[in-house]
Amino acid sequence: MFDTGSVPVSAPDLAALRLLGDRVRPLAGAGERTLPVPEAFAGLLPQGGLQRGSTVATGGTAATSLALALVGPTTGTGSWVAVVGLPRLGLLAAAELGVDLERVLLVAEPEARAWPATVAALLDAVEVVLVRPPGPVDVSVQRRLQARARDRGSVLLQVGGDLGMWAQGPDVVVSAGASSWVGLGPGHGRLQARRVEVAVTGRRGADRPRQAQLWLPGADGTIAVAEPTRAPLREVG
Amino acid sequence: MTNGSATRALVVHCPDWPVTAAGVGPDEAAIVVRANRVLAASPAARQAGISTGLRRREAQKRCPQVAVIEHDPSRDARAFEPVAGALDGVTPRVEVSRPGTLAFATRGPARYFGGDEALAERTGWIAAEAVGRGVVARIGVADGAFAALLAAQRAHRQAVSTGRSAPMMIPVGASPAFLAGHPVEALAEVLDQPDLIDVWRRLGLRTLGLAAGLPVADVLARFGGGGVLAHRLASGLDPRPLDARRPAPDLAVSRELDPPADRVDRAAFVAKALADELHARLAADGLACIHVLVEAETEHGETLARHWRHEGALAAGALADRVRWQLDGWLTGSAIARPTAGISRLTLIPVEVVAARGRQLGFWGGETLIDERVLRAVARVQGTLGAHAVTVPEARGGRSPMDRVIRVPVAAVDLTSPRPEARPDAVTEPWPGRVPAPAPAEVWSDPEPVEVIDAQGRPVGVTGRAEVTAAPASLARSGHRPTQLTAWAGPWPVDERWWDATRHRRRARFQVVEANGTAHLLAVEAGRWWLEATYD
Repeated sequence: MFDTGSVPVSAPDLAALRLLGDRVRPLAGAGERTLPVPEAFAGLLPQGGLQRGSTVATGGTAATSLALALVGPTTGTGSWVAVVGLPRLGLLAAAELGVDLERVLLVAEPEARAWPATVAALLDAVEVVLVRPPGPVDVSVQRRLQARARDRGSVLLQVGGDLGMWAQGPDVVVSAGASSWVGLGPGHGRLQARRVEVAVTGRRGADRPRQAQLWLPGADGTIAVAEPTRAPLREVG
Repeated sequence: MTNGSATRALVVHCPDWPVTAAGVGPDEAAIVVRANRVLAASPAARQAGISTGLRRREAQKRCPQVAVIEHDPSRDARAFEPVAGALDGVTPRVEVSRPGTLAFATRGPARYFGGDEALAERTGWIAAEAVGRGVVARIGVADGAFAALLAAQRAHRQAVSTGRSAPMMIPVGASPAFLAGHPVEALAEVLDQPDLIDVWRRLGLRTLGLAAGLPVADVLARFGGGGVLAHRLASGLDPRPLDARRPAPDLAVSRELDPPADRVDRAAFVAKALADELHARLAADGLACIHVLVEAETEHGETLARHWRHEGALAAGALADRVRWQLDGWLTGSAIARPTAGISRLTLIPVEVVAARGRQLGFWGGETLIDERVLRAVARVQGTLGAHAVTVPEARGGRSPMDRVIRVPVAAVDLTSPRPEARPDAVTEPWPGRVPAPAPAEVWSDPEPVEVIDAQGRPVGVTGRAEVTAAPASLARSGHRPTQLTAWAGPWPVDERWWDATRHRRRARFQVVEANGTAHLLAVEAGRWWLEATYD
């Protein structure tokens, strides 16, 4: 009567469950105050993401692509990203690197005088503000912007340019080292994929530099960790 | 009143009020646009074939000399305040549904003035005087404000076609029959539920009569509370849900202003805080406000009060907007209507509340609370840097990376609704010859002139048959030392707009990689090399 025979229960899809768990996790948990980043970056960044309230800078030969790749998942969750200045930002590249252009505000480069107020207003409203300061930033201005970011849980991200503009270095620096393109030869082919050496250094919890080889983008357009063993690919750069 | 049968109401409706409020003369062709679509058009523009909802560009095509005015709700409300104020002499319960349209119950004033016809005539005179010459105010009387509004609109159409202006009176009890013939889209006048209306239309419920014919229980089951509201409107019933009730008087919120405010921005600041407070207080009780009374008291004891009604619930932001519009109307109004002293007390009284059905915010993405903050920040940045300083991306067809996503002013789009056109995959047409992915992360809007040199130090050229004269070996940018090129491909010829002599461009593109691993997109045009983009 009480049949204890096995009832077929499909094994839970652990990966899917974990993903679901991640998503329904309370948002204000202490360790979760980070913005999502592509999986390839998760192991590189000190908190596994962009820590809310922090300042981040990207540099090197792929500074712009790195910044765009880092903010992509944030726009994917419906949050907004603002860009101040950077008139040369390739928006098509942004879309290809995972940025949802529906969630992007572009603000024309303000005069140096209006720059701090503009950035502060945007830090109030959006999750990440991409900047490249037009000139040296005062200690007091930087403190104010950092306090605003901490208060609102937003991230100030400098895209390339001179890190010396700031009175104080950023919390995390994501820089691209040697990069090499795949697919283009002497007189033939086309650019298909780029392998970049990405190094993360910083002050807060990231003093030990971390490095990895990333595809930015890979041949299929995605961002991925490149296998440490060098695949027999023709190097062109 | 049994089961919410509609209250007899009179509606004063000024067609195309946003145009009137912008100060457009009767013979000028002008349109007011919001989110790039025509919101209102002057009579001259309408004669040129411009209708509401048209795209701005299409409107300019039909009438090239038309003046385009950006929509400003506070301007509309400010200009409407004298009209509402003038009608205070007829009845104290004038309710502004939105700038350009107001309604009041006829029960008391009709008896006083001797019937609906006399009341309508009298209201017509007063309104016509208040709106000024050359501007029309149409009157409709019917059971229920919705039917009365449609009656006023019909009065307008009749006046335009026959040249005779007269109030439209729908006899008592005849409103359902009057409504039945209207298209279901008429609901959009009072309901902010475009999806529901669209679904009804596609289901074949093309007229209000057909929609009203559905059993209400089925409408509730399928379309929820919003559907029932639309159904009640279509049936000529009072739109107010049955659970509308008078809230307890202690729900009113009030604030002293010390020192008294004589400028709108100061008063509006307090109004915003009050609106937030009222909204929070009502929300704590699970209520939402559909009808609010805004009262302001001046130092000299003058009180100014105005009713605002909204069929959907008024959110905190919408509430604050209405208070600001109204204060704007008073404090900047004509010398006679303006209060003699600053505002010393501001009170918001919720007159009717309904159970808050709430708005389901997006769980992951979609509509989130952040959006309102974003809109405020956009307004602030526009305030300091100018309206065109803030742009958003929009995808276009094109071959080069710079053509495929352009920046459009944020004033021309509606940030609160989904914008699939922002995504590059919105462009589905093929563009043969476009630069393949990945796209460069840095594009030069003004390409930089460069030199491309072959191994012997001679400049590289491209022949008319799209062949290079020699293999490119190094790249010289002005101010930099020439760098070795380790890889290159091209030329990829692009012959664009050959049909247009002035915009015709014949170019050939190259991809090159420098020795340090940096890749560029170059173009050669008329023998000169340009750096178009960098794969940064």
